[in-house]
Amino acid sequence: MSALASSDGGAEPLPVLTPGSPGRPTSGARWWRHKSLVLGGGVLAVIVLLALFAPLLAPHDPYVQNLARRTIPPVWYDKGSWAHPLGTDALGRDYLSRTIYGARISLLIGVSVAVLSGLIGTVLGVAAGYFGGRVDLLVTFLITVRLALPVILVALAAVAVVGGSLPLVILVLGLLKWDRFVVVMRSATQSVRSLDYVQAARASGASTARIIWREVLPNVLPFLIVTATLEAASAILLEAALSFLGLGIQPPLPSWGLMISEAKPYMFFSFWLIAIPGACLATLILSINLLGDGLRDAISPDRRAAT
Amino acid sequence: MTGFVLRRLALALAVGIAVSMLSFALVRLTGDVATAIAGEGARDEDIQLVRQTYGLDRPILVQYLAWLGELLRGELGTSYFFKSPVSDLVLSKLPVTLILGLSSLLFALVIAVPLGVLAALRPDSAVDRLALGIAVTGQAMPNFFLALLLIMLFSITLRWLPVSGSGTWQHYVMPTVALGYYVAPAFMRLIRAGMIETLQSDFIRTARAKGLSRSRVILRHGLRNALTPVVALAVVQLGYLLGGSVVIETVFALDGLGYLAYQSITHKDLPVMQVVVLMLSVIYVLLTLFADVLNAYLDPRLRAAM
Repeated sequence: MSALASSDGGAEPLPVLTPGSPGRPTSGARWWRHKSLVLGGGVLAVIVLLALFAPLLAPHDPYVQNLARRTIPPVWYDKGSWAHPLGTDALGRDYLSRTIYGARISLLIGVSVAVLSGLIGTVLGVAAGYFGGRVDLLVTFLITVRLALPVILVALAAVAVVGGSLPLVILVLGLLKWDRFVVVMRSATQSVRSLDYVQAARASGASTARIIWREVLPNVLPFLIVTATLEAASAILLEAALSFLGLGIQPPLPSWGLMISEAKPYMFFSFWLIAIPGACLATLILSINLLGDGLRDAISPDRRAAT
Repeated sequence: MTGFVLRRLALALAVGIAVSMLSFALVRLTGDVATAIAGEGARDEDIQLVRQTYGLDRPILVQYLAWLGELLRGELGTSYFFKSPVSDLVLSKLPVTLILGLSSLLFALVIAVPLGVLAALRPDSAVDRLALGIAVTGQAMPNFFLALLLIMLFSITLRWLPVSGSGTWQHYVMPTVALGYYVAPAFMRLIRAGMIETLQSDFIRTARAKGLSRSRVILRHGLRNALTPVVALAVVQLGYLLGGSVVIETVFALDGLGYLAYQSITHKDLPVMQVVVLMLSVIYVLLTLFADVLNAYLDPRLRAAM
């Protein structure tokens, strides 16, 4: 069913478990994949460290306003100064500090949404893949309904009615973004279910719960991790878009999407206010996607040449 | 084929009903609608009045069925904010969003097809690297950020294109690029993988052995086969583009369904909000139905799978 083949995120082809995809991995492709894993993981590690040690690294308090020092340009401009290496925003808050603290929000969103939606998606997907039959039909129907809903609109509407806050954005996105987890977990479980060791466990009288917990889950875990990585990136992008529209994270929290939104009125004269958080978002998403692509190819080598 | 179409129709209908329930519940379950409409600091009597005026005091099932009945009769209610019939509003904005969605899809295909084919012909070459680079960076860029970069370059620095509005074709250029580039990588990967697979199959070897020219083999035999799944993906992606247009239309104040949705959401204009969500969902359901039937027609092996 084509509805299952493409999520609203739309872009990533799903990992395919069946071997026999065409093309032998060439040495060049292998090198590139290895590089993408190292590069993505490395950049992501730096961003995670920045976020963790934000209080030590940020030169100023990200919330303190100083109306006497508004929209100072970054240090590479003529009027810039080392007191504020990335300048200040329209309220005189230190932009470097806000940018560093912004990484915390993006990472928190990515991890929490991936955990919440991954939990929902794994339960549904493993159940559908393991039990098949009516359970599978029901889960397939649920995904079809979920895919029909425009995620960003539904999230916007929910946030607008209840009022935006960090926990609410996490909750709404987590409840909306489980579809790809289900698709991946379902097909992974289906192919693990019929393998010899699962059959052996069943023959030796193991309970269904034990088989799922001890035999199925450990073997579909790699696919769960890859999907979680790519979904975290997609959740970060969605949060940024919601906050950019003013219906996600609320001021004064330094969400990168919100920072771009706040800087929009000043974009003609102070474009760095938009360029800095925008570049940070793109770098973060790029590093997570590279890491996810690299991981995916590490667990399913047949696909290396094909995508 | 008839059996397949009927089964697929039944599924689409069931999904449509579920989606209508969800878009109805969306605004009711997330909070007290009457308080939201009455605004902050409203007196209890005002809230009570709002409840009675909009029929919000009836049981939820009654409200849903009444709403569904009105929908089916084409009465979509009156906008709280614009004070005009929702059907007029939605129908007047739909063409803008359809044009934007179709042009974005076209833009994505124009980039993706040649790059995907070239990348497949020479895996690991510079072209393949370039295509992969475009795909990877393209998917990392938030589309509203790209939109602002485009405005900065083409409207402010070069003064070639208008910043906002929807009067002329020039107004659609930047929104099309900002919305379309995000779906291009998906097509590119699909075409590349499909071409690599197809070019290794027996009938291509036969065609080459027959002495057909390389370009003829690639285009007539190879691309034709690799494009079959692309048709279905294009239909589904169009649904995604229509739903995702809210951000881009808002950035460019392009007066379509997405911008209407944004305005209705910020003004807590429930009738409009519900209808837009429902409408985009139903369009998506119809598009996937169309894609599946088309796919089954193009590739008979899929009919058995349903």
